[in-house]
Amino acid sequence: MSHYPLLAVLVSLLAAGAILLSDRRPNVREAWTFVAAAVKFLLVVSMLPTVLAGGVIEATYAELLPGWSLHLRADLFGLIFALLASGLWILTSIYSIGYMRAGHYTHQTGYFASFAVCLSATMGIAFAGNLITFFLFYEMLTLATYPLVVHDRTEEAVAAGRKYLAYTLGAGQLLLLAIVAVAILAPGESFQPGGFLMGKAPLGVLGLVFVLGLIGVGAKAAIMPLHSWLPAAMVAPTPVSALLHAVAVVKAGTFGCLRLVHYVFGVDLLRAMGADTVLAVAAALTILLASVRALGEQNLKRRLAYSTVSQLSYIVLGAAIGSTAAVAGAMFHVVAHGFMKITLFFCAGAIYVKTHKLEIPDLAGLGRQMPITFGAFALGALGLAGTPLFVGFISKWNLGMGALQSGQAVFLAVFVASGILNFAYFFPVVYTAFFGRPEQTMRFDEANTALWAPLAATAVISLILGVYPNAGLQFYHLAWTAAESVMAGAGQALAGGGMP
Amino acid sequence: MTAHLPVLIAVLPLAASVIVPLLALVSVKAAFAVALLALAAAALASCTALSHVLAHGVLRYELGGWAPPWGIEYVLDPLSGGVAALITLVAVCVAVYAGPRADGGSAARGGMFHGLYLLLVTGLLGIVLTGDMFNLYVFLEISSLAAYALLASGGIRGTVATFRYLIVGTIAATFYLLGTGYLYALTGTLNMADMAARLTAVADARAYGVAVVLIVIGLAIKAALFPLHGWLPDAYTYAPAPVTGFIAAVMAKVSAYVLFRVLYFVTPAEGASAQALMLLGWVSVIAVLAGSILAMAQHDIRRMLAYSSVGQMGYIVLGFALGTPAALIGALLHLFGHAVMKGCLFLVVGGIRWRTGIYRISDYAGMGRRMPLTMAAFVVAALAMIGLPPTLGFFSKWYLITGAVEAGAWLFVAALVLSSLLGIVYFFRVFEFAYLKAPEAGQGTPPREELPLHMLAPILVLTAAVLVVGLLNHQVVGGIIRHALPGALAP
Repeated sequence: MSHYPLLAVLVSLLAAGAILLSDRRPNVREAWTFVAAAVKFLLVVSMLPTVLAGGVIEATYAELLPGWSLHLRADLFGLIFALLASGLWILTSIYSIGYMRAGHYTHQTGYFASFAVCLSATMGIAFAGNLITFFLFYEMLTLATYPLVVHDRTEEAVAAGRKYLAYTLGAGQLLLLAIVAVAILAPGESFQPGGFLMGKAPLGVLGLVFVLGLIGVGAKAAIMPLHSWLPAAMVAPTPVSALLHAVAVVKAGTFGCLRLVHYVFGVDLLRAMGADTVLAVAAALTILLASVRALGEQNLKRRLAYSTVSQLSYIVLGAAIGSTAAVAGAMFHVVAHGFMKITLFFCAGAIYVKTHKLEIPDLAGLGRQMPITFGAFALGALGLAGTPLFVGFISKWNLGMGALQSGQAVFLAVFVASGILNFAYFFPVVYTAFFGRPEQTMRFDEANTALWAPLAATAVISLILGVYPNAGLQFYHLAWTAAESVMAGAGQALAGGGMP
Repeated sequence: MTAHLPVLIAVLPLAASVIVPLLALVSVKAAFAVALLALAAAALASCTALSHVLAHGVLRYELGGWAPPWGIEYVLDPLSGGVAALITLVAVCVAVYAGPRADGGSAARGGMFHGLYLLLVTGLLGIVLTGDMFNLYVFLEISSLAAYALLASGGIRGTVATFRYLIVGTIAATFYLLGTGYLYALTGTLNMADMAARLTAVADARAYGVAVVLIVIGLAIKAALFPLHGWLPDAYTYAPAPVTGFIAAVMAKVSAYVLFRVLYFVTPAEGASAQALMLLGWVSVIAVLAGSILAMAQHDIRRMLAYSSVGQMGYIVLGFALGTPAALIGALLHLFGHAVMKGCLFLVVGGIRWRTGIYRISDYAGMGRRMPLTMAAFVVAALAMIGLPPTLGFFSKWYLITGAVEAGAWLFVAALVLSSLLGIVYFFRVFEFAYLKAPEAGQGTPPREELPLHMLAPILVLTAAVLVVGLLNHQVVGGIIRHALPGALAP
């Protein structure tokens, strides 16, 4: 029994209460956010040595349903997500304060409180030890994000909020059905590397359960055709788009997808059902179609949103391919995409606050005015396209290797094509910014430090992780170990359970 | 002392209901204190009795010393004890909320309110505790008459709505009485346990089928099961806030309890009652959907909640109809959960109307700033009604869905999920107005005007119960509800 995972969940929930009570004193209020972010990050990091040494930190609390308790457990994969989200929360908090104050936003207390609750839910998802705990925090994340999506309170924001709820809560109900079915088929099972459903029911029944569950997590992972809430949600303030719609919320969807595929069903069961092909094809199509859609978007944030839709399906595709390298690549891409995409969103926010421009043709020449911002943007874009020496290359290399290992070279072609498309939709932005002809002469006028410092930091980190993927928090090592444990578990499940 | 608990629970509020209106003429505060004390004592007695029953088995009490089956018997088993505890605890909350004068009327009116209110509580407790079919009818009438008087006190529209309810309710009670008459003619007994033993022999008789039909229709009207719900929305809408809060929370639930008691403990499992349950299943699916759809169409928030109740009663009856252990657990948990959630919502809505005069959803703009704590309670209870974790409403829905899946009733599963989605639509509409819409331009920011403590405290207690009992639902299910299931299904 160790309460560290629970503490990591609770610290920002308590902070949310403190933030609400400090409504009238903004500096005190923001202090709570920083205290909570720092404490949370330290709590999560303190679990790293134990987990790296092969241990699991877990605790169970109140029994919620027969056999299923509130079960929090820090394992290899969960820790990757928790480290990423809690680490980036610190940077996002700095950025948020700069952004919200520079933009003179109202209702900031509700904003920071909701943000803190979102982070609690994200930790809960990362550390959930069984499906019911996962679902509890998954729905909590949906609800806590809603106030952030509708933050502007404009017609457009309210409409985006409705769309967001319709997709995520609707999908959540299907996920609930899948979880009920799992509870009946395998009562009280925790997540297990390699899955635990093999042989529990006829393949047809399991296939139906898988589809329900996949729609449930697929809506947040923005797998096409469940993606359209994400571009709409770009109406939210940019720090929300940065941390939640590039890291926490959508990654909770892909995280759930990996949990479902590799910790509930298992890759062998998936292959027996033929579901791996279906999932892989859906993910591959999402990668390509979303990239094409991104090409057609002239609004920078919407283009980034479609890029996110496309990149998220890298992770889903890696999960579906299911060889060790592909799973490791998928898990590492959770981190890699997190750092790169948050950089790009931070840049978009800085540009917006400084110039109120987000249409790509309007950005002409702004690179000379805001060199740090656009420099970071260029680095992030190169990374997303999978250029060597950038963090995106590492995950893509593994994903491609994984596709070859399992004899599905066609998906390697998908990754390559997507890389080219990435260049195609990011290069014009960078080119316009640095070489476009501005209407008036540009001089150096960067956004304030609270805005450019975080984005410079994430850009530099994605460079460092591209050269030394194990630097600092050992993300690469964690991903590979987790992938190997999943594969070993799958082997055992096959040997023990046999084919149904 | 313990032996007298079954009757004591009902006698305490009955005695107080006589004293309170008279005492109110002297001192309204003293009268309120007596009413509150009686309810608190009844709550304490029912909780003590429940824990005694769970530890030592069923408590039986022979009224006036006449042995059953000739005399009237009071039976305190885990089911009736649990419902009695629910009624008394909600009653205490609502009494505190109402305060001495109940909506700021005169002293005499306050006294009459609390007298009738205690009588209503007595009637409901009697229904739950009695082990006698005819005695149940008597208490059904006591509670109904008290409820008519209370509901009618909400102004002229309330009086008209109540007159309609009075006619419909009387017909319902008559149906029940006729059914009981048939059963008496067949078995020669009114004692439930005795009747259950004798009915198996005469289950083929045509009169038995008629009796089941009459009783089910009567109770379905009282439980406001769609399409027999017509009396409910008006009656709930125009009554004073504490009255609606209490009646919406427990009164229909008690009728659902009687339905469960008769169909699962008195009548034999096969034959007419099984057919009645099957029919009730289909009717309740329609009720779940129709209630939610009608709720979406309302502009008056009280009517919205009332139609939502129609839908939620469908959940409970649906669980009874499915009849698997999980479904019955879900139904009973929802019976408790919905009482707490809907009671809380009606207290909030009534409080907002009392404070600001607002009852149209479109006028709720800015309410999140005006009454932050009250609206926060509304949000939590509404999320529970939708059935999102970790609230109580989620867990009852979980068991209901599990029961429906186990029974292979896919249409019912779909209805339960769809109903949640419809709930999202009509509750988030209120959230949008309360939190996202700015108040009309030119009026400036309205001042913060939270409810007084005696109204806010019961609301927050019920809100906390929605969350805490949700997280600890396993204790409630394992400790009470599993023991309340009919013999064959209990552990």
